[in-house]
Amino acid sequence: MPIFELTPQMMRELLMSHYSSPRHQAKPTGEGYISTHSSTVNCIDDIDVYIKEENGKVVDALWDGVACAISTASTDIVCDLLIGNTKEQADYIIEQYNHMIHEEPYDDSVLDEALAFMNTSKQPARIHCATIGWDALQSLVKKGE
Amino acid sequence: MIDVKKIREDFPMYRNNILMQGKPLVWLDSSSTTFKPDSVLEAVSMYYTKMNANSHRGDYDLCYAVDQMVAETRKTVAKFINAQEKEVVFTAGDTASMNLIAFGYATNNLTSEDEILITEAEHASNVLPWYQVAKMIGCKVGFIPLDEEGRITPENLEKVISSKTKIVSIAAIGNVLGYHAPVKKLAEVAHKHGAIIVVDGAQSVPHVKTDVVDLDCDFLCFSGHKMCGPTGIGILYGKYDLLCKTDAYITGGGNNAKFGMCGDVTLLEPPARFEAGTQNLEGIFGLKAAIEYLEQVGMDNIESYEKELKQYAVKKLKECGNVTIYNENSESGIVTFNIDGVFAQDAATYLNSKGIAVRSGLHCAKILTGFLKTPATVRASFYFYTSKEDIDVLADAVKNGGNYLDAYF
Repeated sequence: MPIFELTPQMMRELLMSHYSSPRHQAKPTGEGYISTHSSTVNCIDDIDVYIKEENGKVVDALWDGVACAISTASTDIVCDLLIGNTKEQADYIIEQYNHMIHEEPYDDSVLDEALAFMNTSKQPARIHCATIGWDALQSLVKKGE
Repeated sequence: MIDVKKIREDFPMYRNNILMQGKPLVWLDSSSTTFKPDSVLEAVSMYYTKMNANSHRGDYDLCYAVDQMVAETRKTVAKFINAQEKEVVFTAGDTASMNLIAFGYATNNLTSEDEILITEAEHASNVLPWYQVAKMIGCKVGFIPLDEEGRITPENLEKVISSKTKIVSIAAIGNVLGYHAPVKKLAEVAHKHGAIIVVDGAQSVPHVKTDVVDLDCDFLCFSGHKMCGPTGIGILYGKYDLLCKTDAYITGGGNNAKFGMCGDVTLLEPPARFEAGTQNLEGIFGLKAAIEYLEQVGMDNIESYEKELKQYAVKKLKECGNVTIYNENSESGIVTFNIDGVFAQDAATYLNSKGIAVRSGLHCAKILTGFLKTPATVRASFYFYTSKEDIDVLADAVKNGGNYLDAYF
């Protein structure tokens, strides 16, 4: 369990902070990145995600594109979470997030700021927005397995 | 005159007091699809509970009765748009109708030298079939420039049309901005240059009186579900000589007169040529009831009431002080807007949390975003059963749109 309970106010601040000033929204400038594109008929979100791996570890994660508050913030947060983890750990984090989004039992110890999305199921039409970046990054993490 | 309270008694979706997010449902997405009155639901149910036979498939009374009903519906549709019965083809909807023109008419009558003209404001179903035709036969797809408000004008068509233009294809009412296109004048320009005009009537036929003879349009497409009818049924109207030049790109039972072992096939004449396979009979039954219902309300009443609703909505949304409206002056019951500083989809989720159903995004008109200079918009769209109170609920919610993330926690 988290050491303190996230209030709606804290969740809102986390979400707005990553929406108004995303930390990882950029196209890669260096070499060694792999990328994938994600867009859908259901919504406007249209993003590219990028990761760079070294020795089995995610050393950078970026995204760029047009997206709503929910996908912007959730994609930005997952980039934060994946950096520094092995591909296996990264995959585990994404799996736990998906369990949380779909109201299944999950390991909250690895989700940190992503816990701000724990109530997504209240607006089921937004599940897609909350997972678009995660799904895209998972496909990169799993690449070459 | 429209008496909304009385009209709502005919609609189970109102009588059943549907809730969304625990709030009374406020339906402002009628451009997407419409509620169905009892008479339509009864007609659909009647097909299965009292007739249930296939058409063209038997010598017994029930089959004959279904055939009669299909013929009666064709007659009802023809009268509704002032066409001849033989010019009315049943399809699966507006999209299927557009595709039939593209792959049945255009691919067989155009060459790589020819051109099809559309506009930036068109729905995907009036863009993608033409792109596909261009890919197949090598013709070009060009764009008629919109004026600064987003309207299509005969003058702008005149600027780009040439002897190479064979098809001009436009929506009579756009599904994002809701302007009424001057179809009759556009048809004159197209015909003067030897082109035909295809009219996407998805947003117009349900809302304004349509007379294909007066408009002099060559093809017209529309869907049943946007005019209180069932989903999965639509109409292709075509001038008969053009239907005769159109190939059936779907063939099978019901559209052929005979066929033999050496590949020789004689197809039926239009409209039966395009109606292979078992038709959407419940849809056809329901469509007839829907048209009869609309005629009873009165198409002129519907048009003027929606205009009144549109003006009311523009006034109420402007009073909110935090809204950008993209189509203030358009004539139909569509308001396209954004709450300032709120991404359209976030706004629509917030409105959902208040029980309000609106559409956000690009509304399938993905080229128009460049013109509007915004990646997405919120669209509220009305019909004759929409009340001013619905619009009040919308405006009250929009006023507090800054708290849009409330919906999420």
